[in-house]
Amino acid sequence: MLGWIDTLLQGILLGGLYSLYATGLSVIFGIMRLVNLAHGDLIVLGAFLILAATSAGVPLAVACVVVVPLMFVVGYALQSVLLNRALGRNILPPLLITFGLSIIVQNGLLETFSADTRRLDVGPLQSASLPLGGGIAIGVMPVICLLSAIAVILLLNGVFYRTAVGRAFRATSDDVEIAQLMGINNRSIYAMTMGIALAVCAVAGFFLGARANFDPSIGPARLLYAFEAVIIGGVGSLWGTLAGGIVVGVAQTIGAHIDPEWQILSGHVAFLIVLVIRPRGLFPRAVD
Amino acid sequence: MRIGGLTPADPGAAPRFAVARATRASTVTLILAVPGILLLVALPAFASRVLLQELFYVFTMLALAQLWSLLAGSAGLISVGQQAFVGMGAYALFAFTVVADLDPVLSIVLAGVIAGLVAIPAALIVFRLRGAYFAIGTWVVAEVCRLILAQVKQLGGGTGTSLPPDVASSMAGLDYVRDLFAVRGPAARDIMTYWLALALAVGTFVLVYRLLRSRHGLALSAVGDSEAAAESTGVDVFRTKFLIYVLTAGATGMVGALIFLQKARISPDAAFSLIDWTAYVIFIVVIGGIGTMEGPIVGVVIFYLLQYYLAALGSWYLIFLGALAIIIMLFAPAGVWGVISRFFDITLFPVRRRLCLNTPRPNTDHRIHRGQNR
Repeated sequence: MLGWIDTLLQGILLGGLYSLYATGLSVIFGIMRLVNLAHGDLIVLGAFLILAATSAGVPLAVACVVVVPLMFVVGYALQSVLLNRALGRNILPPLLITFGLSIIVQNGLLETFSADTRRLDVGPLQSASLPLGGGIAIGVMPVICLLSAIAVILLLNGVFYRTAVGRAFRATSDDVEIAQLMGINNRSIYAMTMGIALAVCAVAGFFLGARANFDPSIGPARLLYAFEAVIIGGVGSLWGTLAGGIVVGVAQTIGAHIDPEWQILSGHVAFLIVLVIRPRGLFPRAVD
Repeated sequence: MRIGGLTPADPGAAPRFAVARATRASTVTLILAVPGILLLVALPAFASRVLLQELFYVFTMLALAQLWSLLAGSAGLISVGQQAFVGMGAYALFAFTVVADLDPVLSIVLAGVIAGLVAIPAALIVFRLRGAYFAIGTWVVAEVCRLILAQVKQLGGGTGTSLPPDVASSMAGLDYVRDLFAVRGPAARDIMTYWLALALAVGTFVLVYRLLRSRHGLALSAVGDSEAAAESTGVDVFRTKFLIYVLTAGATGMVGALIFLQKARISPDAAFSLIDWTAYVIFIVVIGGIGTMEGPIVGVVIFYLLQYYLAALGSWYLIFLGALAIIIMLFAPAGVWGVISRFFDITLFPVRRRLCLNTPRPNTDHRIHRGQNR
């Protein structure tokens, strides 16, 4: 019994990481109806940028503070230079552009940093844990990760629902043509959206590197977890994305508890089951 | 040229309009295609074994590209998970030949059936996702297939397994080929797999071409353009998409089975490789031109040349391919063939219907003049 409680707790904490992966994707989905196939590789890029900064002697905290806005700029540029040119009713060009980008980022990282597995050094925090009694202990880093996921969602919801810029975001999401009539420049909104998504990718990249080993090839798997979290939660709802991330995380730890080889598979199967039972996710928006 | 007249106002008069699909270039191409294919069939008599192996790769990639182009270009079903069916076909081939001891050629056909059967539940699930979400959904399905087959210990589990040498040499007709060309076993095997690849490439081409020119093809492009409009003109959108998805999955599975019969070694990572069976295929179609018959052919030739000269660059080659695909998507979304076709106004394998006047008269019906030439 205790084993199962432990599994559940670890799954929820893992879900915090997955929802961080997914938040950026969820924002892009919600506002642009765009799928970024390079999302997972951009998370790994964030982790490698932080690693590169710390390897150059920059303290970890400073590295994170620098890399998050840097990734915002990368995202802003990516959207304005590449993806805004491919806007339109046909979803093929943006999809294939991000697919090409995924391959470029992945192989670029491979050329620059080699295929070695890396890890971000977070000092004593790495192995610190909180005993909860009954032999169950939870890691401090995973708890910080889950809290950060919640903080990121609170921050983004604050921006989207309580600021003038946020109103422009929501208007663009609801009806881009009417938003344009009201004087909103949808291209600049899209560029900011991609910037925000990549800034969250940088945060996710930090926790990816702090919690486990990483190498240039693991991006696509992160994309799939993130995508599953978004769809399970319901497109357009950030709290739904958090719930979706936790569903994937719990499914994976339960699978791993039964047989370690089933960890990844059970996450995917949970996604397919939700898709069959509730195709619009657990917390769908009223109108999509 | 197939001519169908619209009903004229005066029943006695000859039809004023004709629906034409053939062009002079397409008629010439069809006539030239026959000796061309015969030449390719006879090629083993005077070509080197290396050339046959290279052509094997080209033909299998062409078949995969043609199928992906049908799926994404015509039906609007953008899949990044076709490696699911390459892998399922490949594993089915190994199961049928190694475990059930069946003939390899028969097993290729059965592998296609298996891949098609796997596509049925897969379609029912991923069709709940639309457009871009559908793309990632197909990828999840491919991952599920890979992870499940990695658990099958009889087929080598996660590390994979090799095809016993006696399986490939048990192919029906192999002895005949060996005597005909006076070659040894392995060379005869290469000739057989080369012919099978040629047959699959030509078969896929004919299938896709005939499909696109039929009324089902018309329904398919209607679905690809606008599902709502297609539905309103009486097209059963779900059925059309479902059948095309299952059909391409089956054909993709046959190609996968043949590829791994030739490789004679399988592992989950190789059989369900995103790069090999989907990324390269997408590059071929995007570079050549999506949604046409000629595009994948042009694309596979360019891809082969790039691979031949640049593959040694490793990651830089992939970076180059990715950048090339992005540039083409941004500046020439119709691909290389699209540019050629527009510049010279040429179509070798027309799938569109053009309306032409039978007898040019000054005062013809203006409504027809404005019709779309689809």
